[in-house]
Amino acid sequence: MKYSLGPIQYYWERNLVYDFYEQAKDSGFDCIYLGESVCSKRKELKTDEWIDLAKELSASNKEVVLTSMALIMAQSELSTLKRICSNGQVTIEANDLGAVQFLAENGVPFVLGAAINIYNQVSLKQMINLGMKRWVMPVELSRAWLQEILAHCSDIRDQLEVEIYGYGHLPLAYSARCFTARSENKPKDQCEKCCIHYPNGRLMKSQEGQKVFVINGIQTMTGKCNNLILDQNEMNGMVDLLRLSPEGEEVFDVLNQFKSDNQTIYDSSIHCNGYWRALPGMDTYIETELL
Amino acid sequence: MELLCPAGSLPSLKAALNNGADAVYIGFKDDTNARHFAGLNFNDKKFRSAVETVQASGKKLHVAINTFGHPEKMDRWYSAIDKSIQLNADAIILADLALLQYARDKYPNQEIHLSVQASATNTAAIQFYHQQFNVKRVVLPRVLSLKQVQQIAENTEVELEVFAYGSLCIMSEGRCYLSSYLTGESPNTVGACSPAKHVVWQENTGGLETRLNGVLIDKYAENENAGYPTLCKGRFEVDNQVYHAIEEPASLNTLELLPQLKAMGIKAVKIEGRQRSSAYVEKITKVWRQAIDQCSLKNFTAKPDWMKTLGDLSEGRQNTLGAYERTWQ
Repeated sequence: MKYSLGPIQYYWERNLVYDFYEQAKDSGFDCIYLGESVCSKRKELKTDEWIDLAKELSASNKEVVLTSMALIMAQSELSTLKRICSNGQVTIEANDLGAVQFLAENGVPFVLGAAINIYNQVSLKQMINLGMKRWVMPVELSRAWLQEILAHCSDIRDQLEVEIYGYGHLPLAYSARCFTARSENKPKDQCEKCCIHYPNGRLMKSQEGQKVFVINGIQTMTGKCNNLILDQNEMNGMVDLLRLSPEGEEVFDVLNQFKSDNQTIYDSSIHCNGYWRALPGMDTYIETELL
Repeated sequence: MELLCPAGSLPSLKAALNNGADAVYIGFKDDTNARHFAGLNFNDKKFRSAVETVQASGKKLHVAINTFGHPEKMDRWYSAIDKSIQLNADAIILADLALLQYARDKYPNQEIHLSVQASATNTAAIQFYHQQFNVKRVVLPRVLSLKQVQQIAENTEVELEVFAYGSLCIMSEGRCYLSSYLTGESPNTVGACSPAKHVVWQENTGGLETRLNGVLIDKYAENENAGYPTLCKGRFEVDNQVYHAIEEPASLNTLELLPQLKAMGIKAVKIEGRQRSSAYVEKITKVWRQAIDQCSLKNFTAKPDWMKTLGDLSEGRQNTLGAYERTWQ
């Protein structure tokens, strides 16, 4: 199993970002994803700085992938996307079919992100034909679903890597509305980029105190932290990369726990693995012998 | 500009046609469409009646096959396409890349519309679907501002359809998994959001509570109108503040934007609501027919009685322009 470091999903200060990737350089991750995937107003690092950082990290003997935004609406966002897709060096994770359009036109291989809806082998194969070399499975799909898809893919399995989200709050939805700005009673156009004050997003609880979702700008995430440490031994042959998403610098420690298969870090009060087990995403499934 | 109305049953279909719809859209009675609700939609026999009724009226029929095919059950989705085309549906509305490919390969002349569930929010994505599958029309997601709709309209050859009225999905459609996070079932996988079988209405000391798979979505004091617990429309707590953290219960209503939409060259306006009654479809269709017929007039305004009718039929009796208006975002 290879491990990938997911992009920072939240809005972190510039220095934090650079410090974080200094650590990533010397970490045990096989692959590093970086870049802005949520909101085009987040400019602690400008697009060119992300591209430069990606190129710099590429020199550190790790695979580097530049991610891209999932929700592309404005012309300016489309132009930025086009520029990222034409960087000429670093592999791109496409999170919108607009990105696939640019990448396929350029004839460069790409990673297909989880925000693009691939639910079956037929659409998966279409993407391979367009240049996809790695597929990140949509977050709501399960082990059983993946198994069914791969059962139809023996002819192309060697052209394809499969990656899934193994740790961190999962992205669940994207909106035109900014929920962080709304939580501060600010309109999006005058948001003052207030999400920088919430480096782990803002927790949204039910009126009974149950953690339901995390709001992260225009993105809504799982209220619990997805954690597949109990399940990683069942991924052999199906999953090539397991993505650990940074909730902070502790992701480097989380990587060590995953590598040493330390299942004691799983805590059902804050973690979930339901999606992988074909249950409601927020649920926990633990094999009875582990209880 | 075409008025496209919803029909979850034959009475709704007739109500739409009798009150001025140019086209109606329907779905099969299974999980191949995103309104897979109990008691709704068309089995094969009713589908046939629907086709005959629409053809006799000289109007158009669109068929929504807008969920995503399951790996071991692709035939169910393919068969929905085959049946629609054998019965001469005017357009099929698709979202899954696999189904788009199937329809394009097998029925090269069939008119294909890209469902809102495909979430094409920019011209590059639209270009992708147009180039790959020759889609004739794209239904734009409800996340775009009016200005963004205009920019897209100026930069594409593909016909555009926008949502005009009805329940408001505020997430980029087809990419929202909130429902499966709480229930295991989502629009993409089962064709329903916040499915009814997971809903509990519970009288408690503090008032009426609504739950989705056990999670408290909202609670209502005695004088409040309780709404269906669609999970993004509940009241939640963020740092001790309880409010509609995602969205209030309200319906989208773009009636006042009609002249602008028309000027941009928008080909069709779509009314949401296959799950609604035939009486609802009748009233909404009537208002929109009148408004479209008058929207070329120089002094067009949304008439108060139209707005009252639409307001009375809205979720929470509230209307919104949604993302079309920047301040909403």
